[in-house]
Amino acid sequence: MKFTLKIWRQKNAKAKGHFETYDIDGISPDTSFLEMLDILNEKLVNADIDPVSFSKGCKSAEGPVSFDHDCREGICGACSLYINGRAHGPESGVTTCQMYMRKFKDGSTITIEPWRNNGFPIIKDLVVDRRAYDKILQAGGFINVNTGGVPDANVIPVNKDNAEESMDAAACIGCGACAATCKNGSAMLFVAARVSSLALLPQGKVEGARRAKAMVAKMDELGFGACTNTRACEMECPKKISVSHIARLNREFLKAKFKD
Amino acid sequence: MIELKSQVPDGPLAEKWTNHKAHIKVVSPANKKKLDIIVIGTGLGGASAAATLGELGYNVKIFCISDSPRRAHSIAAQGGINAAKNYQNDNDSIYRLFYDTIKGGDYRSREANVYRLAEVSNNIIDQCVAQGVPFARDYGGLLDNRSFGGAQVSRTFYARGQTGQQLLLGAYAALNRQVAKGKVQSFPRHEMLDLVVINGEAKGIIARDLTTGEIKRFGAHAVVLATGGYGNTYFLSTNAMNSNGSAAMQCYRKGACFANPCFAQIHPTCIPVHGDQQSKLTLMSESLRNDGRIWVPKKLEDVEAIRKGTKKPSDIAEEDRDYYLERRYPAFGNLVPRDVASRAAKERCDAGYGVNEQGLAVFLDFKTCMEQKGRAYIEEKYGNLFQMYEEINDVDPYKEPMMIFPAIHYTMGGLWVDYNLQTTIPGLYAIGEANFSDHGGNRLGASALMQGLADGYFILPYTIGDYLAKKIQEPKVDTNAPEFAEAEKAVKEKIDKLFSIKGKRTVDSIHKELGLIMWNNVGMARNEAGLKKAIEEIRALKKEFWTNVFVDGENSHFNQELEKALRVADFLEIGELMAIDALNRKESCGGHFREEMQTEDGETKRDDKNFMYVAAWEYKGEDKDPELHKEPLEFKYCTVATRNYKD
Repeated sequence: MKFTLKIWRQKNAKAKGHFETYDIDGISPDTSFLEMLDILNEKLVNADIDPVSFSKGCKSAEGPVSFDHDCREGICGACSLYINGRAHGPESGVTTCQMYMRKFKDGSTITIEPWRNNGFPIIKDLVVDRRAYDKILQAGGFINVNTGGVPDANVIPVNKDNAEESMDAAACIGCGACAATCKNGSAMLFVAARVSSLALLPQGKVEGARRAKAMVAKMDELGFGACTNTRACEMECPKKISVSHIARLNREFLKAKFKD
Repeated sequence: MIELKSQVPDGPLAEKWTNHKAHIKVVSPANKKKLDIIVIGTGLGGASAAATLGELGYNVKIFCISDSPRRAHSIAAQGGINAAKNYQNDNDSIYRLFYDTIKGGDYRSREANVYRLAEVSNNIIDQCVAQGVPFARDYGGLLDNRSFGGAQVSRTFYARGQTGQQLLLGAYAALNRQVAKGKVQSFPRHEMLDLVVINGEAKGIIARDLTTGEIKRFGAHAVVLATGGYGNTYFLSTNAMNSNGSAAMQCYRKGACFANPCFAQIHPTCIPVHGDQQSKLTLMSESLRNDGRIWVPKKLEDVEAIRKGTKKPSDIAEEDRDYYLERRYPAFGNLVPRDVASRAAKERCDAGYGVNEQGLAVFLDFKTCMEQKGRAYIEEKYGNLFQMYEEINDVDPYKEPMMIFPAIHYTMGGLWVDYNLQTTIPGLYAIGEANFSDHGGNRLGASALMQGLADGYFILPYTIGDYLAKKIQEPKVDTNAPEFAEAEKAVKEKIDKLFSIKGKRTVDSIHKELGLIMWNNVGMARNEAGLKKAIEEIRALKKEFWTNVFVDGENSHFNQELEKALRVADFLEIGELMAIDALNRKESCGGHFREEMQTEDGETKRDDKNFMYVAAWEYKGEDKDPELHKEPLEFKYCTVATRNYKD
């Protein structure tokens, strides 16, 4: 298969970015999207090694393309990318690293951009800084319990349906697709996933309201927008996390407000 | 002269840890505030250790190479975590978990460490539940279990196919809590590039800020390495792309012994290699072997027909299928340990029964389970794994069996540590996959998560106090000391050297070449001639790397080519060390299969008389052979026997 790639190139946070076009050929349909970028990068490095005989369409003024990736199994949340205008590409329910080239039309043009959100400044090319998500969780995304001195695991029974729903929310990989997709740049689904997952368990319920308030306040402080229920986040979440968790977050948040 | 002192406490096995804890020193809260600890790596081991040390009152700095601690590769563990809770009433116990782990490791791990691991396993489950880990539960609200390879009881706790993710998010949450309290400082996108040793003790690190390229110094009273394994030496493995063994190699070069490097685990159920454009292999959880049955056709003509596509696997009649694990190992069947299952797959493929185009695949079939328990059962238990398989292969595993093949997955070898998890450099500790201590020649499924959290939550936080109690009078480490300057200079020179080569080879092309040498000669089957050849080839490749590599870009900004180059330089050293160790160990045990040493039916043949020891290698300088130190292994509480999974 062959493709024309339009890729966002940007040297660092302060530099001005632009699109660069590359042609790539000889890609197997079984190749993953990120393996396709590996192949492009190998070509770009080779073009830098031998600029005279570099292959057509693969000039490298800027060296290989930087992008975040790690597990390549859809679980670490490192990969990102806006592909043809959609977070994690055209398919629903998968991350960029789990997408295979057979899903694209042979000969088509593919546009690749980094996440777009004020909370995620660009580091280089397609790599963004997502430390804001760590900071939101540091504000309260935990249960206040020290190592040791806890009761036996089976002392508190947990309703199976609640445990399952808690797990649905806990499947969040913290990739940032929700905030990057939202027209308001809101990280509400990310915050809700954590708040809801813990609120559904007896262990986490105790400080549910306090947690919701602290995490929402941090999200606002870091420059993420407000939620206006467009549900775009749910559409683009690679783990299909439901906006019903936002409803649960709102309930916890209101509880906190009533207490104030 | 290094002397290996295991520091295993006296007394009966079941009382060792309790007695040891009662006798080691503790540091008072007032003094903990004065002590600094560096933790490298944020997987289960690193995150749980840093969180717990922070709770105790130490000042902790934690480093990771990814953009967030939550990305560490522990997140990808699927199947579960073992504990000896005996919630299923199937006669499980601490002793049984200990015994299974020792036997699974083919009698090449340290008895006292393994017993302690089994002992604290139950605390881990309690801790994780208290943190809000949504483990699978039954309708009564109590925890559910499943079975894993090498065990005849159900002791594996799980959260769908995402157990590693959930446990890591628990540890990461505990870590975040300490960051918020100011007890832990987090340094994401920072890579350790050297260990600083002052007067023989670990006192800090040199790290590169991956965003800016800045080389920075960090000092501490102790350094904890929790950087995982070195499976990516093989280029293709189930490890995450950025997992590497560089931090361990830096410590090795500074005097920490490297133990049993040749013990690498090859996982039997991975998605087969599809072509030369691949960068990563994907694991299918071992839990699938609870309900899936492994087979190849009995007749070669059926194999041919499947390869050509004229027959579908589901067309093969029941009597024409060879469920070879059930045939060879009736007692454990499809749930034999990983090394046994991997070798059995290789045996069938070598005999010509491999079912994909390359002849390097076998079937993992859910037909029987579908008939007996129905599709809904499979969807609930393995839904995400089935979806993942379909995404990658474009084949619906509910209709046709999965194709699987063994791949490199985990490394049992690692930095040598004593009972306190301290390396041969005082003040330097290694935990989780980064050390060697608990899994011997082969790790059982669902035991890596157990070890990472056991070390981080419940063992290291106690044992490190015994060392730090002697340091309460020591002031903060001065990073202007000449040792820091020297280490920083060496790192900078190494980076400059890499850029200055300007050769013709890309970093990846050399890594791929190393991977092939390793897989072909230091992979599932090894022999003397092959290992000698591998050592020569790796040495030549090392030369090629240092004279003909091309590292694109510059140091002063985010540069993934440089990151890779620094890691590949170390993979070349690790590969050589693995081959040297494999050549030395003239016996077959666990994942290390020397073709010269096998029984008549192709099983591993240990040589307990000559090799019942831990091989700990000491670095002697560039281009010099490492020196072998032996830690003899004693088994007082279990009978050393030939591993038998047949009856």
